[in-house]
Formats: sequence, C-alpha cells, structure tokens
Amino acid sequence: MKKNFLILFLMALLPIKAFALIEVDITRGNLNPLPLAVSPLSIDDKSKKSFEKILKKENIGSEISTIVENNLRTSGLFNPLNKEAFLQAPDIANLKPRFEDWNLIKAQALITGKVTYVDEKLRVEFRLWDILAAKEMMALAFTTVPSNWRRVGHIISDKVYERLTGEKGYFDTRIIYVAEEGPKTQRKKRLAIMDQDGANNKFLTLGNELVLTPRFNPTSQMVTYLSYFKNLPRVYLLDIETGTQEVVGDFPGMTFAPRFSPDGKKIIMSFAKDGKSDIYTMDLENRLVEKITNHPSIDTSPSYSPNGKFIAFNSDRSGYQQIYIMKSDGSDVKRISFGNGIYGTPVWSPRGDLIAFTKLHKGKFYIGVMRTDGKGERLLTENYYQEAPSWSPNGRVLIFYRETKTNAKGEGFSAKLWSIDLTGYNERLVETQTDASDPSWSSLLSN
Amino acid sequence: MNRSLIISSVLHGALILITAMSLPFLAKKPLEIPPIVSVELIQIAEKTNIPFAPKAKKIIEKVKEKEKKLVSEQAPPKKVKKTKTKTVVSVDKNEKIDSKTPEAIPLPDKTVKKIETKKESKQNPDKLDKEVKQVSEFEKKEFVDLDNIAKLIDKAKEDTAEVIKKNNDITQDQDKNIVTSGLTLSEEDALKAQIFGCWSIPLGLPYNENLLVRIKLMLEPDGSVIKTEILDHARMNRPGQGFYKVLAESALRAVKLCQPLRVPTTGYERWKELQLNFDAREMLEG
Repeated sequence: MKKNFLILFLMALLPIKAFALIEVDITRGNLNPLPLAVSPLSIDDKSKKSFEKILKKENIGSEISTIVENNLRTSGLFNPLNKEAFLQAPDIANLKPRFEDWNLIKAQALITGKVTYVDEKLRVEFRLWDILAAKEMMALAFTTVPSNWRRVGHIISDKVYERLTGEKGYFDTRIIYVAEEGPKTQRKKRLAIMDQDGANNKFLTLGNELVLTPRFNPTSQMVTYLSYFKNLPRVYLLDIETGTQEVVGDFPGMTFAPRFSPDGKKIIMSFAKDGKSDIYTMDLENRLVEKITNHPSIDTSPSYSPNGKFIAFNSDRSGYQQIYIMKSDGSDVKRISFGNGIYGTPVWSPRGDLIAFTKLHKGKFYIGVMRTDGKGERLLTENYYQEAPSWSPNGRVLIFYRETKTNAKGEGFSAKLWSIDLTGYNERLVETQTDASDPSWSSLLSN
Repeated sequence: MNRSLIISSVLHGALILITAMSLPFLAKKPLEIPPIVSVELIQIAEKTNIPFAPKAKKIIEKVKEKEKKLVSEQAPPKKVKKTKTKTVVSVDKNEKIDSKTPEAIPLPDKTVKKIETKKESKQNPDKLDKEVKQVSEFEKKEFVDLDNIAKLIDKAKEDTAEVIKKNNDITQDQDKNIVTSGLTLSEEDALKAQIFGCWSIPLGLPYNENLLVRIKLMLEPDGSVIKTEILDHARMNRPGQGFYKVLAESALRAVKLCQPLRVPTTGYERWKELQLNFDAREMLEG
C-alpha cells in the first residue's frame, strides 16, 4: 500500500507537457462581394415546351436564374460568376454538385434548381450550397401560376440574400413613382408602379392632373398621394389592386407630403396656412384631424419612426431648415441636425436606427443618413439636384431621384431614379420607361 | 551639595555634547529620488514590423548592432549538453510553460557577474557616465528602453529553451511563472492578415448585438485544418439569434478558404490547437 502511494506520488511529480490554448482575435474582414455561382435552373423538355407556349420564353429556367443573378449583383454584396466558367451541367449540379469543380472557379456559394410544369402551374425548387463546407444550406420549392415567374425569381433572391447576409432581402418589392414626360415647363406627371428591377411598369393615372409624393402604406396595398384638382391640392388614397381612388379630404391652404403611420391607420402631413405650416394627422377611420405641431415656423415632411412613437420632420424654427424629432403627440421637440447647410425630407429607416435626409450645402444637394440622435452623419452621394430618399424594406438601400442641368437653350433636362446602399459605393441608375421622380419603396410583398 | 552640582554639570555637559554630535545627523540631506521614468513593456518578435514606431525601430537596430559587437569580442559560446524539456504549470495564472531541467539553467549570480565583466571590458564606464549625465530626461528614457528592449528581444525567441538560456538573470522560481505559450507578434500578424483577406463579413448583421464567434481549430503541421468546432454552438438555435448562424458560417468559410493557415514553422505542439475569435462589430459599426 505504502509502495503504491509512493509510486503515485512520484508520478504526480513527473513533468506533463501541456500548453494553454492560443487565441487569436480576428476583428477585420473584407467587404468584397461574395463570389457565387447561379446555375441555370434545369428544365425537362416537356415542361420547356409548355412554358414556351404559355409565356413565350424559350427557357424559363435560365430566365429565372438571370433574375436571381441580376438581383444579387445589383445588391453589391454578391459577385455572380460568369456562367461560361461553369464545369457542371445544371441538371446534375442540382442533384449533387461536384464541390471541387465549383471551388476551382472560386465560388463560395452555389444556387441550383429545377423548373417543372405541374397541373398547369409553375413549380420551382432551388437549393443553396456552401461550396467550402460542401453542404446544402437551404432548399425550397414554390408553386404558382406561370405568369408569376418573375416574382419567383425575386423570392429566391430574397431567400438567398437573407441566408447569406443575415437580414431580409428587398427584391420582391415594388416602387411607385411619378412618371414625367414633356418639356420642363410643361411636364405631364403620372403615377406609375413597377417592380424594384424596373420590370412590369404600369401607369396608374392618366396625367390630366399633377401628382406628387406618392407613398405606400405598410401593407403596400394602398398609396396616398397629392394631386392638384382645379389648382387645389388634395390628398388621395388609391387601392392598387382594385384601382379604386378616394379623396381623403379638401384642406384649406396648401397640403404637403402625406405619409402613412406604421400601422396604416393614420396619414401624417403638413398644411400651410397664413404663412406658416404645421403638422397634422388624420385618422383614416373617422377622418378626425389632429394638430401635432403649433409653431410660428414652417414644419413639413413628417415621417414616423417604425414603432410609431416618434416623428421626424424639418422645420425652420431655428432660423433655417433643420431636422427635428418629437414624440408622436408633438411633445419633446428636439433638433438633431447641426451641420452646415439646409436639411430636409427626413425619412426614418425601417430598422429604426437611421434617418435619411436631403441636404443642401454650397449649391450642392446631398443624400445622407444620420443616427436618430443626430450623430454619425454620413453623406452618401452628392449632385447638382437630388432629393426624396425612400428606404428599401430592409433599411439597406435608398432610392431617390436626381435631375440634370439644362443647357442655355433649356434642353438636356432629365429626372431619373437612382439607388445607393448604406456604404455609399453601390450607386445605380434604376431604369424607368420615362423620366421619373418622387419614388417610394414598398415593403416586401411575400412576407 | 558640591557632589550633586558636579554630577549635574557632567550630565548637562554630556547632554550638550550628545546633542551637538547628533545634530549633523538630523541635518542630513533628504534622499535623492531619481525621476520616475515610465517604460512600456511590449513583446517584440525578431521579424515584427512596427511601421508606426520608427523611433523604436532605430533603437532596436542600435541594440542589435551593440549585441553584434559584444558577440564578436566574446569567446565562442559554451556548448550546452542537450537536456530534456519539461512543462511547468504556473499556479497563479494557470498558464503552462516549457523549461529546461534545473541543471541546464545557469546560476543567477554567475550570470550577473558575467554581464558586468563584459560591459567593463568593452566600454569605458567613466565615459558612459558622462554621456548619461549630459542627456535630457527624454533621452534618458530612451536609454532605459534600450536595455529593456534588448531583454525583450531575447525573450521573444521562438525556442523556449533558448529563451530561458538567455534570460540568465532569472531564478528557477521566477522561471516557473513565465508565459511562453502564445504566438509572437509577427506570427500572430501573419495569421491575422491571412484570415482578414478570406473573411467576407455578412453586411446585414445587427451591429448592436454580440457578434463574437469563437472557433477552435485542430491543425496539421503544415497549417491545414483537421477539425473545426464552434464553441458557442448552442447559440445558433436560440430564438432571435438567427444572425449568429450566418456569422458563424462566414467565419468557417474564411477558415476553409484560407487553409493551409500561415502558422509558425516550428513549435507545432504549441499551436496544433488554436482558437480564432471572429468579431464583426468593429467592422460593422465602422
């Protein structure tokens, strides 16, 4: 017994080779677009012929994958690789990708899928693969009427975007805007709506009356806008699906910038009267109007915070136009912009963390963002004339319009929609059939 | 009466004498406390680049030159018998170190003497003293840094056994508390730089959340990854933590894309297991 104890004691004294686990902190990475491969969705011959007959599209699988590819590219976060470099056929890749082949072309993610014609419907299944981990990340299938094929492409884009970035996408959305035609002094302005990528453009009004500032409600079913009838501004409500339109009210004096509350039950706007302008809300159920601000200054462009508890607006109460926030009942007014220049059109981000604005400084217009306490102001883009930012539903991208200068003869004027993401680097022209202004981004249609 | 007077006079005289003799001691000048010089201790590897500190670079070069001169004047180093290594676990910090067997460590007294004789034989102490007296406080600080940096350079040697051999002024007890298991700055820099390039940070993550992913790696000697383990795996399935899965996957992709990792060529036992802490908050808050 004593001997054993002695042995144990001596063993305890023997040196043991052991090391503390080395830790290395990685606090930086790259913000380069993620290289990914969007393989054309495979389709059997029978389905191909059926869709060709219905949709007049030769290969609907390729068409859908092109939509996905374009969406992901325009986000600026992904770099879809050239299809000519793909080594594996779409039908085989969808069953089981050869990860080494995709790794060879430096793809980090792969999208594959299959399109079939089932019971006069379009069935699309897709899979997202992690090439480096050699595993499937997501697999989903959709069935819809064939005419909805573009939306399927947008929904797939949203799902991929969400899975790889951690936030919801913004591709299955629409944009309502004012379509403009004709010379600058005599513009014909119509309400128009299109998909976020510019497809499916439709005009909603005839152009007999001047229309301004269309805004979606939270469900993206209704639009409120301002229209001049017999030179008097009126606030309208338009149901996009049914096309029915109603006047919210005839208000004395000028009315500006109507916008829905986050619950869609109220409209907030500003009325100008006797040289001053205040902010009012109108309950859409009982049409009761409530005055929110009461100040001998010009208060305009109100915008609710996503939780409905605060309102951002611009006011010249400090001498020149600045951005203020207040509680939704009009109390606790606080100025938040203190930079040089004039600030206007504040719009609260759907994420609630930022406020987008237009700034005029030394003859240049800027679109920028600041935190809700006014700190961290960042100017994203600068130009001769640009304004009216509107957020994508995920709070990552802003759409706005930009006008070009006319020459000495009064020619060369144009108004176009542009988008820019929060990094300020990914600025893109949004294609429209005509000149365009006053865009408003809808929420996600497939929530 | 006379006797008492005499005793009193003698005692008074003695008292006056003692007081007179002790006064110079009381009037002794206060101790001169040398000015406090702050010295920043940093672990510097031989190959670490410090582009933002050109002054430090110059100092290191100076020290190296001096070292070279010293070596040229010394006798060739004494051959040391190969000895077994052992691991010592420090009690206080729970950290482990490699060390030679006690026999291999030169005795502290002998070493100190050696260093002193070296300096005396090479430099003129009087001349050095004069130089020291002439320099400003700021330059004095640099002078102090020279010694410290020289010691630190020695400390950063990759081979632990060599480190201990060169740190001759360390006693055996002190030796047990030395931490030598981490990567040197240059090794860490190389690894970080490689992974920075491979990690595509998902931009949609909520930057006000905890965005730290800890991944434990098991590595081959060439830096290939044998196994990866997400240490907070349970967090992936927690409600409201969907972003964590996205973040963790991006970190795993970075590791796989980067392999083989740029690991040191020696000391495999030291880094065969490695923990990478991916934190995206700094980038996203930007």
